[in-house]
Amino acid sequence: MQKLTNKLKGNKLAQIILLVLYVVVTSLSLYLAQASVTAFLLMLFSLLLLYYTELPVRLKWLIAGVVLIGVIPFVSSTGPGYQSYMEVATVVGIYVAMALGLNIVVGLAGLLDLGFVAFFAIGSYTYGIFATGQAANFMPFGSFPLSGNSFWIFILIGCFAAALFGVLLGIPVLRVKGDYLAIVTLGFGEIIRIVFNNLDKPVNITNGAMGLASVQPPEIFGYQFVYPNQFYYIVLGILLLVILAVRRFEFSKIGRSWKAVRENEIAAQSMGIHLVRTKLLAFAIGASFSGMMGVVFAAKQTFVDPTSFTLLESITILVMVILGGMGSVPGVILGAAVITILNLQVLTEVTNYLNQLSLDGVISFPEALSPAKMQRFIFGAILIVFAIYRPQGLIPAKNPVFDEESLKEGSKKHKKEQIAVEPDKGFQA
Amino acid sequence: MLAEILQSLPQVLVDGLALGAIYAVIALGYTMVYGILELINFAHGEIFMTGAFIGVAMLILMTGMGWLAAMPAILALILVLIVTSVLTGFMGVGIERMAYRPLRNSPKLITLISAIGVSFLLQDLVRFITEYKRGNYILTGPSMFNEQFSIKFSSISSSFSDAFFKTSTLILVVAVIIMMVGLDFFVNKTKWGMAMRAVAQDRETASLMSINVNRVISLTFFIGSALGGATGVLFAVQYGTIDPYIGFILGLKAFTAAVLGGIGNIRGAMAGGLMLGLLEMFAAANLQLLTGGIFGAEYKDVFAFAILIVVLIFKPEGLFGKAVTEKV
Repeated sequence: MQKLTNKLKGNKLAQIILLVLYVVVTSLSLYLAQASVTAFLLMLFSLLLLYYTELPVRLKWLIAGVVLIGVIPFVSSTGPGYQSYMEVATVVGIYVAMALGLNIVVGLAGLLDLGFVAFFAIGSYTYGIFATGQAANFMPFGSFPLSGNSFWIFILIGCFAAALFGVLLGIPVLRVKGDYLAIVTLGFGEIIRIVFNNLDKPVNITNGAMGLASVQPPEIFGYQFVYPNQFYYIVLGILLLVILAVRRFEFSKIGRSWKAVRENEIAAQSMGIHLVRTKLLAFAIGASFSGMMGVVFAAKQTFVDPTSFTLLESITILVMVILGGMGSVPGVILGAAVITILNLQVLTEVTNYLNQLSLDGVISFPEALSPAKMQRFIFGAILIVFAIYRPQGLIPAKNPVFDEESLKEGSKKHKKEQIAVEPDKGFQA
Repeated sequence: MLAEILQSLPQVLVDGLALGAIYAVIALGYTMVYGILELINFAHGEIFMTGAFIGVAMLILMTGMGWLAAMPAILALILVLIVTSVLTGFMGVGIERMAYRPLRNSPKLITLISAIGVSFLLQDLVRFITEYKRGNYILTGPSMFNEQFSIKFSSISSSFSDAFFKTSTLILVVAVIIMMVGLDFFVNKTKWGMAMRAVAQDRETASLMSINVNRVISLTFFIGSALGGATGVLFAVQYGTIDPYIGFILGLKAFTAAVLGGIGNIRGAMAGGLMLGLLEMFAAANLQLLTGGIFGAEYKDVFAFAILIVVLIFKPEGLFGKAVTEKV
């Protein structure tokens, strides 16, 4: 095995061939054995393999694009499992975007936000209220529900609404000591949920615990988005923007100030970084991703109610970030995908399998132990184990290393040399 | 409006006192650990919850074996309280040993994450065990100490109405007072208490003064968790029904109480807990009246968090705490 990996290292052609072979084999198996969840998961696994190849970055993006846009929807499209696969892929996309948002707050700026789902809720309700008849209860003008064409504007509105709430929460809170932040954000998450749950009187804004039903589906030029396979492309588009934004932020001036604040607030402040403003930016940008995906979520579910935004959701997103690696974009994407698939597919499949076994009388299996109910246990265990043994996560964050000499020369050459990376020391101390 | 508020005031005071007593003891656990480790022990609310479950399980077991009928109820309760607090105490020590000690030199963020993990793990473990044994994770204890008493406030002035309370409320308040006085004595007057205060002030210097820092931290966790577990039992007896998720929101409010009284300050936590309990009961009873029906009692949790945020903004050191400047 060791020999094989050594041989593969540096041999790009072999890597490409192996990768293509892998994609073809998994595609074929998915194409032929439609009901197999395993084949679908193996198919998604090809993206992780792609990450570990040593191909040029552009080529990697191109291959990922081909696989995500073309291959996956195509090979799963023929069988009965099509919509459920696309549903999983869409939800994965939504969570990846949210986890990337939380990654900015927790991973880069080092602020523990335990109420992150609140921003998701704000995004969802922004679209949910205006795309149902609900808004007619309190808006003095206009006719509601708004048509599905407004969805595209609402993605932006949801983004800004969430960012605004991020700032509003941040202004008072970010002045106090770091670890109070966890408690206050936790409280904020609960407050938002309670408020949405009770805001059906005196003016009925959110329809309380009943939730908002039949949200208008998005629409463009008369084409309606109803099925998961259509939402898949919307999510993919937004996700691409989010990943690009995160990448740009991470290595920009603001990204470096986030990391400085994370490592040592006082030192960062003495280097001229405006603490509150930097933290607020992290809060607002992280929240805005979540808000955008909230709008998509509302449109996809066509139903919004407060039970989708519990503390467990916030912790789930946190687990994604911790599992993947704080501050590491590929890591967080992996973490989000793993946890979502675990939640949606693996746990339910295992539960069904075990139930089947106990129905057949092979083993007697207590209902209380069914894996679908053990989410909290699994997440708790992941948090503890990763905190103690691998705080840097599955794929640790990397920092570019700058060569002093070439920087001094100021030549354009140094751009090539900065590809050399070293692991981010942040959470290993 | 004022007349109505006055009318219900005696009952609000009694209920608020009972709730505040519970907050106060849980807040002690938060404040002690924070004072020594600067760590928000998220699992503390879950230790309280586990204590409630252990207590109820023991009471049910004792009823089943006929012991409860054989001995005076108060004796049974004391027995249960002692056993539960020892068990939860050791649980707290174990949690510190497994989940916090390996991380003592890591960034604080990592330790917090581990604490949240412990909290979730405990919730689900208790849920699983209860559901496995009973088929349902919501547990109702045997009914004890249900005799009603009333304090005749109406005889003082006709603008008050009478306040009613159960024997269990009386037991709760007395037990909490005993716990708090005992803890205060322990921390301020004994050698171990002095060691605890020394470690809270400066861990390294304390260790130079031949104080076994690890043992003191373990002791702190033991005492905090034992008090939390005992309060859990009292809570279960007072309110009857418990589920594995009570610890979380209650713990959050108790933490609010600890912040209100100045975190790290033991007497402050007691005062903060009582104050928060009274305020919350007052809000629950009168919020609808005060806001003209816009906000109802369902916003009482929001009210507690709003207090937390207001305290953090205007007086982050708490009502009884001293402001400290950060050392570089």
